[in-house]
Amino acid sequence: MTGKTLLEKIWETHIVDSPLQEAARRDALREGGALDDDNMAGERPDLLYIDLHLIHEVTSPQAFEGLRRAGRPVRRPDLTLATVDHNVPTLARDQPNPDPLSAKQIDVIQRNAEEFGVTLFDIFDARQGIVHIIGPEQGFTQPGMTIVCGDSHTSTHGAFGSLAFGIGTSEVEHVLATQTLRQTRPKTMSVEITGELGPGVTAKDVILAIINEIGVSGGRGHVIEYRGKVIRNLSMEERMMVCNMSIEAGARAGLIAPDEKTFEYMRGRPHAPGEDNWGGALERWRQLPTDDDAQFDREISMDGSSMRPFVTWGTNPAQSVTVDGHIPHLQDVAKAERESAERALAYMDLAPGTPIREIPIDRVFIGSCTNGRIEDMRAAAAVVKGKHVARGVSAMVVPGSGLVKRQAEEEGLADIFIAAGFEWRDAGCSMCLGMNPDVLAPGERSASTSNRNFEGRQGPGGRTHLVSPQMAAAAAVAGHFVDVREMIA
Amino acid sequence: MRRFSAVSGRAVPIDRENVDTDQIIPARHLKRIERDGYGPFAFEAWRRDPEFALNDPVYEGATIMLTRSNFGSGSSREHAVWALDGLGIEVLVGVSFADIFKNNCFQNGILTVELSGEDIDHLMGIARKTPQTEIVVDLSAQTVEVVGNGWKRSFQIDPFHKYRLLRGLDDISMTLEYVSDIEGYEQRRDNASLPSTAVSPQTNVQWRSNH
Repeated sequence: MTGKTLLEKIWETHIVDSPLQEAARRDALREGGALDDDNMAGERPDLLYIDLHLIHEVTSPQAFEGLRRAGRPVRRPDLTLATVDHNVPTLARDQPNPDPLSAKQIDVIQRNAEEFGVTLFDIFDARQGIVHIIGPEQGFTQPGMTIVCGDSHTSTHGAFGSLAFGIGTSEVEHVLATQTLRQTRPKTMSVEITGELGPGVTAKDVILAIINEIGVSGGRGHVIEYRGKVIRNLSMEERMMVCNMSIEAGARAGLIAPDEKTFEYMRGRPHAPGEDNWGGALERWRQLPTDDDAQFDREISMDGSSMRPFVTWGTNPAQSVTVDGHIPHLQDVAKAERESAERALAYMDLAPGTPIREIPIDRVFIGSCTNGRIEDMRAAAAVVKGKHVARGVSAMVVPGSGLVKRQAEEEGLADIFIAAGFEWRDAGCSMCLGMNPDVLAPGERSASTSNRNFEGRQGPGGRTHLVSPQMAAAAAVAGHFVDVREMIA
Repeated sequence: MRRFSAVSGRAVPIDRENVDTDQIIPARHLKRIERDGYGPFAFEAWRRDPEFALNDPVYEGATIMLTRSNFGSGSSREHAVWALDGLGIEVLVGVSFADIFKNNCFQNGILTVELSGEDIDHLMGIARKTPQTEIVVDLSAQTVEVVGNGWKRSFQIDPFHKYRLLRGLDDISMTLEYVSDIEGYEQRRDNASLPSTAVSPQTNVQWRSNH
């Protein structure tokens, strides 16, 4: 018998209605005349149990309203955690919210949490932060779990070997009401990164290289398991970064097998298993990694040793080039992608042939669920220490959570950023998607550590280049893109 | 959920690859707490281009949207589907759709139909040259047909999805029929070590990472 992949193991332990039960039920329904078999020839997708449901202010109001209308409770408030992150201001939180619509959404999730008995890390809670930062930080995210959230970057939690994926608001309501989801089993894809990363080459560059290779829909219908020496050598924070952008390759989720590093990271966190249950949990987690003889539906391998820092030049995360490269000439772009490349260059106001290092920037954003963790703060601070943001550049650091912020302040990182001319903000999604006042003005160009460079993503008419925290910090100092490897040499 | 049967109408061509949900509905319009009212903001930035198909009055009242590959990529925002619904779109016919977007369409009784690139080329050509042409998408028969010229194609759909869409069944009610299975699962899972979010006041909020 062939072995199983990590995905298959998690999937199979979360099926609520087994196919056998389901077949028996269908037969009973058919006998009773309640089911006409011509339309139910195929099996239903599996009903999966959800171990943790994270919710935020933007994609949950309509779900709670649906429950209220149907008179349904939240089935498991004790497996549901709410926070506010998408549209919270990152400045002057003690003042009234300048945006009445955002204020209302924040108010509504508070009322819903209270009415339905859901724990909320509200705007003044030290643990408030981006939903994908706080889950792992608090130890809620654990290997082998199923985790969902009305947010596509839920894939972040896959770094712990948990199946975590984004859902829409109707599915949020379904999970609130039933603690389950009916899902078609995704295909499996192995992405192996061999070798060793060079200095200044980060997890961000690894995932941008992967997306560049397989394209923005290369993972569609699949769950990607990241494997290989480079992945094993990444810290937990870096693994979260890689899994975070799985969705940018179109994948349903990203996964990394749990190992000693995972367990070490989790031990002692407030909601990780306590000492009494630690041994049992560990035993369960050690069974999770993909078996040696397991088969993936698709496998690719890339060499990490040859990877270099990436900068995106276009309006999707696959339109990227290494920092020592230049804006592509259209004749060098694959024919099928030429039209969108042409549109992207027009939107980005970039001329083919321009060296990446000659592109000037106006704004720098360091933060988001992609790069808003303590290691990202440290990496960026190490680059800017003793230097100053270039004239004409406006730069900000937005920690991913209140606790990341506090830790960065205690480690002296905040002082480094402030001395270098960065703004030091409160936790939230901020300029990753510009739902709060942190937006690009039309025509402004940013070096951003976030995850999407779509047209208008950071503000209407704004132009986004995705980079690692080190590369963003270096660009802030230089006023244009630079190869961070030269700065740290 | 409303029942879906057959839709017949004009098709509006959105001839771009990888249309992301930020284009379909920009983030700043996600602040409403209702499921409706997003139609006016659909494709807001692209609508500033007078050449954009949705600005052409000939496509007014279109119930079918023609798309390319990976339509609906990026953010999971269901508001994108609500915005298309607000435009009166009942069927999307394209080469492929992003996973979460496709689920969201299904949840709202909007059908996504996948055809080959050549077939989409053909339909885009018709929608551009003779925009008044009526196209019929029949879910029961699983066909897309151009009325009057005999062009007809079959499409695949998950039988469960088809069953649900045809009957307009409510997903949550269907799942609640399995409540005894859910309870059974809840009893056998490892409740002792799996996390609970029922936070006690004693939870140490001062805790921080030393890593």
